[in-house]
Amino acid sequence: MLVYGFRRLASLIVSLIVASFVIFAVIEVIPGDPASFMLGVNARPDTLAALRAELGLDQSLPVRYFAWVSGMVTGDFGISYTYKTPVADMVADRVWVSLPLALYALTLSTIIAFPAGIYAASRRGGAGDTAVMGATQLGVAIPNFWFAMILVLIFAIQLRWFSAGGFAGWDKGILAGLWSLTLPAVALALPQAAILARVMRSSLLDMLGEDFMRTARAKGLTRRQALWRHAVRNAMIPVLTILGLQFSFLLAGGIVIEQVFFLPGLGRLIFQSISARDLIVVESVVMLLVFLVIVVNFLVDLTYAWVDPRLRRRT
Amino acid sequence: MKAGFIIGTVLSTLVLGLAVLSFVWTPYDIMQFDVAGKLKTPTGAHWLGTDHFGRDILSMVMMGARTSLAVALVAVGIGMGLGIPLGLTAAALQGGWLDEVIMRGNDLIFAFPSLVIAILITAVFGASAINAIIAIGIFNIPVFARLSRGAALSLWSRDFILAARVAGKGKARISAEHILPNITNLMIVQGTIQFSLGILAEAALSYIGLGAQPPTASWGRMLADAQTLLYIAPHTALVPGFTIVITVLGLNLLGDGLRDMLDPRLRVDRS
Repeated sequence: MLVYGFRRLASLIVSLIVASFVIFAVIEVIPGDPASFMLGVNARPDTLAALRAELGLDQSLPVRYFAWVSGMVTGDFGISYTYKTPVADMVADRVWVSLPLALYALTLSTIIAFPAGIYAASRRGGAGDTAVMGATQLGVAIPNFWFAMILVLIFAIQLRWFSAGGFAGWDKGILAGLWSLTLPAVALALPQAAILARVMRSSLLDMLGEDFMRTARAKGLTRRQALWRHAVRNAMIPVLTILGLQFSFLLAGGIVIEQVFFLPGLGRLIFQSISARDLIVVESVVMLLVFLVIVVNFLVDLTYAWVDPRLRRRT
Repeated sequence: MKAGFIIGTVLSTLVLGLAVLSFVWTPYDIMQFDVAGKLKTPTGAHWLGTDHFGRDILSMVMMGARTSLAVALVAVGIGMGLGIPLGLTAAALQGGWLDEVIMRGNDLIFAFPSLVIAILITAVFGASAINAIIAIGIFNIPVFARLSRGAALSLWSRDFILAARVAGKGKARISAEHILPNITNLMIVQGTIQFSLGILAEAALSYIGLGAQPPTASWGRMLADAQTLLYIAPHTALVPGFTIVITVLGLNLLGDGLRDMLDPRLRVDRS
């Protein structure tokens, strides 16, 4: 288990290093240099030179790369060019919208998908199965931002149960905060739930054909008991993989959904920074998102080993 | 499942037909503004109504179909064109360092949240349909590389490949002449899936303003314009949205149907 964990940790670190290279390189290959990109075409030469010095652009590439990375590691994400405030502070405010939103959506997606997938698998080929599978076909075809607009149309404009956008803030109470994240979370969760339900169903169907299921039935367990005690747990491995991937979809998908609902999260921060040409913020926030995704996938890998003891020895 | 395939074919053909038809004919010119007749609900003259500039929504949808299909098609082309050779090379050199490099590189791309990187790319290089294509295409490469490697690996141990090796053919030639034709079906099926994902990705990028730029019509852009009009003209949001759903649903059903038909092993037991 320890060896497995260390190997995973090593690959996590390699992923992070490569990710930081890529992000740094993308920002670096901008025609001209970041300073002229940020100031636009009409910048005066002296302002440009001042910004270049401020950003450290007069130093060599490796120096700048290490300064950026060591800053990120110590929590110094740089100073936003447009807001003149530390990027770390801006991120700290917004992460409390984006992260809860992704987790909320992940929870909803799991709550919807698990029963749906198990139900469909246990009624394979029947009307219930066909209905669930049909619904998932529709679910994966709906763009989440459009679904979000439809939710606004029905639940905010017609029924007036929710507000059409904005975030109440956690200081108004957890329930008020969650309430204002509900429509965005549902919009994010539904297409993901459709994918998860399909994976859950097919993974369970694979398990139902296994020998240990026959043994379980032969021991006298009913279909239902065998399904819950043996098949569901064993079917979890592929489902966990998808859950890990979904977290990254939800975090990234949140960027678009935050636009629909005007939520003050990391996604909106990226957009505001892009339109303000504030590359320092873009660079750091993108790196942070990638970091979160890679760490979550690392945790998922560790969970496999916990669910399936065979994996601990194999690697 | 046969019904699904038929529905999928009909829907996909319909959307493709609209896109092709738009080259020769649209009900109205989408560059023609008619402010007096703006935000009309569907009528006999404008079957799907008009938008906030008084443009005919059906014409916009038809022109948007071109953008969506073109972006997704080229993105799949990039994925196949680079991914399949990479996958075949990795399989031919199985276990070698090049195989390792190719596959670890793929894992890395998978580890990235694709939308975030797509946003980064379009933000830095500027928003345009071309950059959207590149951003979506990059993430198609590992999909095809992984799939073609897996399929090719299982073929390399088969007798007919052994026969080809005995006949003195090199690895590159075997990959091109024997492996590739045998994995084509699989790639086509995956291609339809990636195609529909590409359409969703293009819509999302244009919706947030990082895809096709005006005056190029695009479904995502139409939805972005419609968002502020939800209260007064919900049809401007409903029409492009349903069009995307129909297109993606059609392509997915088509892909599933093709998989059933092309892969006999799955015909009996598909999950």
